[in-house]
Amino acid sequence: MLELIWLLPAFPLLGFLALVLTGGRLPMQIAGPIGAGSIGLSFAVAALVASEFLNSGLESFTYEAWVWMSVGGFNPGFTFYLDGLSMVMMLIITGVGFLIHLYATGYMSDDPSFARFFSYMNLFVSAMLMLVLGDNLVLLYLGWEGVGLCSYLLIGFWYTNPTNGYAARKAFVVTRVGDTSMAIGLFLLFAQLGTLNIQDMLHAAEMQWSVGSGFAVAASLLLLGGAVGKSAQLPLQTWLPDAMAGPTPISALIHAAPMVTAGVYLIARTHPLFEMAPSVQLLVALIGLVTLLLSGFTAMTQSDIKRILAYSTVSQIGYMFLGLGVGAWSAAIFHLMTHAFFKALLFLASGTVILSLHHEQNIFKMGGLRKALPVSFFSFLIGSLALTAFPFTSGYFSKDEILLGALELEGVGFWFWLGGVVGAFFTGIYTFRLFFIVFFGDSHAEHPPGKEVGGWHMNGPLILLMTLALAGGFIHVPLDDVFSHGEGYGEHHVSGLIHGIMIAVPLLGIAVSYLFFMSKTFSVDKLMASALAKKLHAFWFGGWGFDTLYNAVLVRPFLYLARVNRKDIVDSFYALVVTVSQAANGLIVKSQTGSLRWYALTVAGGLVVMVSLGATL
Amino acid sequence: MILVTLIAVLFVGGLACWLSERFNPNLPRVIALLTLLLDFALMFSLLGAESTSTWVAVLEAPWISRFGISFYLAADGLSVLLLMLTAFLGVVAVGAAWDEVQDRSGFFYFNLLWTLAGVVGVFTALDLFLFFFFWEVMLIPMYLIIAIWGHENKNYAAMKFFIFTQVTGMMMLVSILVLAYFHYLQFGSLSFNYHDLLNVSLTGEMGMWVMLGFFISFSTKLPSMPFHSWLPDAHSQAPTAGSVVLAGVLLKTGAYGLIRFAVPFFPEASMAFAPIAMTLAAVSILYCAKVAFAQDDIKRLIAYTSVSHMGFVTLGIYAWNELALQGAVMTMLAHGLSAAALFMLAGGLQHRIHTRNMPEMGGFWPKVPKMTAVAIFFSVAALGMPGLGNFIGEFLALIGAFQANVTLTVVAAFGLILASVYSLWVLQKVFQGEYSNRSFDDSHLTDLSRREMLYFAAMMIGLVWMGLYPQTFLSMSEPVLAQLLSDSTQTLVTSLEGGL
Repeated sequence: MLELIWLLPAFPLLGFLALVLTGGRLPMQIAGPIGAGSIGLSFAVAALVASEFLNSGLESFTYEAWVWMSVGGFNPGFTFYLDGLSMVMMLIITGVGFLIHLYATGYMSDDPSFARFFSYMNLFVSAMLMLVLGDNLVLLYLGWEGVGLCSYLLIGFWYTNPTNGYAARKAFVVTRVGDTSMAIGLFLLFAQLGTLNIQDMLHAAEMQWSVGSGFAVAASLLLLGGAVGKSAQLPLQTWLPDAMAGPTPISALIHAAPMVTAGVYLIARTHPLFEMAPSVQLLVALIGLVTLLLSGFTAMTQSDIKRILAYSTVSQIGYMFLGLGVGAWSAAIFHLMTHAFFKALLFLASGTVILSLHHEQNIFKMGGLRKALPVSFFSFLIGSLALTAFPFTSGYFSKDEILLGALELEGVGFWFWLGGVVGAFFTGIYTFRLFFIVFFGDSHAEHPPGKEVGGWHMNGPLILLMTLALAGGFIHVPLDDVFSHGEGYGEHHVSGLIHGIMIAVPLLGIAVSYLFFMSKTFSVDKLMASALAKKLHAFWFGGWGFDTLYNAVLVRPFLYLARVNRKDIVDSFYALVVTVSQAANGLIVKSQTGSLRWYALTVAGGLVVMVSLGATL
Repeated sequence: MILVTLIAVLFVGGLACWLSERFNPNLPRVIALLTLLLDFALMFSLLGAESTSTWVAVLEAPWISRFGISFYLAADGLSVLLLMLTAFLGVVAVGAAWDEVQDRSGFFYFNLLWTLAGVVGVFTALDLFLFFFFWEVMLIPMYLIIAIWGHENKNYAAMKFFIFTQVTGMMMLVSILVLAYFHYLQFGSLSFNYHDLLNVSLTGEMGMWVMLGFFISFSTKLPSMPFHSWLPDAHSQAPTAGSVVLAGVLLKTGAYGLIRFAVPFFPEASMAFAPIAMTLAAVSILYCAKVAFAQDDIKRLIAYTSVSHMGFVTLGIYAWNELALQGAVMTMLAHGLSAAALFMLAGGLQHRIHTRNMPEMGGFWPKVPKMTAVAIFFSVAALGMPGLGNFIGEFLALIGAFQANVTLTVVAAFGLILASVYSLWVLQKVFQGEYSNRSFDDSHLTDLSRREMLYFAAMMIGLVWMGLYPQTFLSMSEPVLAQLLSDSTQTLVTSLEGGL
């Protein structure tokens, strides 16, 4: 049964081919079932494979489809590797992916490019599965670039608007910066260890390198470069908020659940490397912490419903990085899973809201929607509770694990824990700010909300995701074999006070949010009255000035250089040769006067010069 | 005999094209197509014999024996790969010219086939004098193609192309003669035979100068910084078929020359020169990618990207290990297809709207959906998407080069970022955005025809094949490159021992 694993990426790929080779002209009634059905089939196979895998005692399994290339000792294959980690990932991707596809058949039903949309989505899922199932870093890189491409295509799906095109290119190029760092990492690993097969490579690294060795630091740093690009962490986080230009199911599929967590997966997959480079691992935690705080601030200032969710995604991935950095590997993956549930739920529900309000995305033009949009209301309620780690929702368990993991770290651990707790406070504020503004209070809509869009293929996925967001925390992820020398899973011994703080802080955040946006006990306007506050707000709103910085240091100089050298300065050298020859030609032509007297004079003059030269020598 | 047949078929077919025009102006293109298909089919007979020895279809006949010149043709895995690329792109070029070239079509196809005959000769000649002969044969018809059927600034471009190639060709000729003379000094007879000349030992300063004669000639053809500036003009002015042959095949003769002659003849000088060559490569990659991004003329843009991609070839060759060399060869093949396809797209656009100026374009997607899909495919291939041939080439070249020179490889790798910048920019400028018909007549802006789709589909299959199962190609060039590597190592070791 386990051999069927190759079908996982194959089904979506076939779906993609079917949709693309028909020129994207298949009618919705056929394209929909192909698009969503292929992912459904993949999920069915994934479930079969997973149950077999769980029954067979979690023995890792390798399936080689074919040898990709074999050159001078470099022989990566199309080989799939199944262990606890890839099993969890493949179930999330196909499971949540299927729900999102199903939802999209409803959401996109008015779009003329319906088939094209699903072709990209299918290709994305196929690439994502290659990424998590590949047993070597080259195949992983194939999936890695593949999801990047699909993300580009999907963000720029509505291509007539140049802003979307810009956002799409930005996403691709910024992540490519990370990808290139990762590629260099692969070159280094291969040059030093002689293989890119992940398990062999990790084994060789443990044999050859000592903890803290320069190679281990360099290699893990380069891989981290790739991870921060894909997972939108500092300093390459700027692309994700703009990426919200795509249709909303994309945001759920790419920018919430699978794709942006690819970096988390990469680090988890190669975690022994990071353990050999403790300084880099600490850096991972630091990046996570700073990212989660900065984007938490930014999320509090945004007005676009999807951008709030986008910044919250960046922030939550920050938690995962924090988990990875403190060595709480399984906790990070656990949070990855629960986050996939509740963030997909939130994004899809925001899709319903946006569609019901005729593509309105500004939360200040919403309000009081809980009666008009009941399904969205409950989805948001549950999603928001899980996001803020309300006790016994899925987010509560996973965030708890990460923070407790941080606390176990000697020395700096407490500070990481404290930062994470502060971040949880912000999470409570921005999440319920969104919730209260959109669903309570008076309506500020320009158009009265229509009937809530729905139908079983949109509401079904929402209901399932609500269940998962609520109860997903009780799922046990079988990762003990993968992270054998990691932390003991769920065996923390901390005082009741710590637990109390961790439960109370998010609630405090919700309470603050309630006082500001629900009961209006406090007023935001008063808070914003001072000049300093306005400046801070603008600064946070713009994402801490990163875009401005990159524009000034990278984009504009590049554009300037390109513009001044459009004519290619090298060519001017050859143009000079031409000019000089032409000038010389012009001079000599002038000497051809046809006048005998002139010729006689020059001959005589030449003679005199030569003779006198001869005489002096 | 088969190799002579391959060349003769093209020469004869070319003449037939020229003559047939007086009967029917549509006849030459049919004859050209059939000739190239025949050549392509004949090449498959080279595949079967391949396993017995490195060299197949050897033909050696005395030519001017007094000077040790012979008519010596042979092929190995590397040449066979490039021959098949040549014939394949020849067919594609005929397809590109099918409707575009109406004027004096007989003479056009004559020139096209003679250029290709010269290329086939270059890839198979093992006598340096014969090699140089074919080197010139491919130049003159190409000059005529640009000069007669080119666009608004054709004479300038054709002349520039001719002078660049001719001047550097002369340098190579001098180098060849010096090499033959040194054979006379060391072995008592003149010879232009490849295997004989491999035994000539030219070291020190002399070796460096003679090597540079080859290097400059080949890297002008490739082209590499700083000898690249003829290419953007030639490409932007050439008719589409000319660009296809130029980008797809002619540039590859430069790379072939480096692998076959420049490095093996002078292993010592090449090793000393490698850091400079690799620096030029890295600079080419980044500099030309940046210049490409700034172009408004879509053909100039693609031409600069060609130079950028060829940088990976130079980088791979001068890293001189198996991975890097295989990467260089794969890049040659894959870039042959992807660049040819991009030039066909640009040429197709120019044929439809009579402009190459990108600021006038935009939002073509809904009008030409198939063309857009094809353009996305080849742009994505060009930016090195895994799963397509270009990735295999560039990745192998880089991973091999990393073992030779870490710094330059890291610098070159930034080309991957820039490639995505310009590739996506083209898509944005031409196909995405709002459709706005500014200054051109869009009545002929039609989607790809069945015939065009056929050609593009063939090239797509080629790139997917190279990307997913490159072993087919890798295993053909593997024994050749292994031999070259071991020979040069041998020479280096011997000369080291001699030095001690």
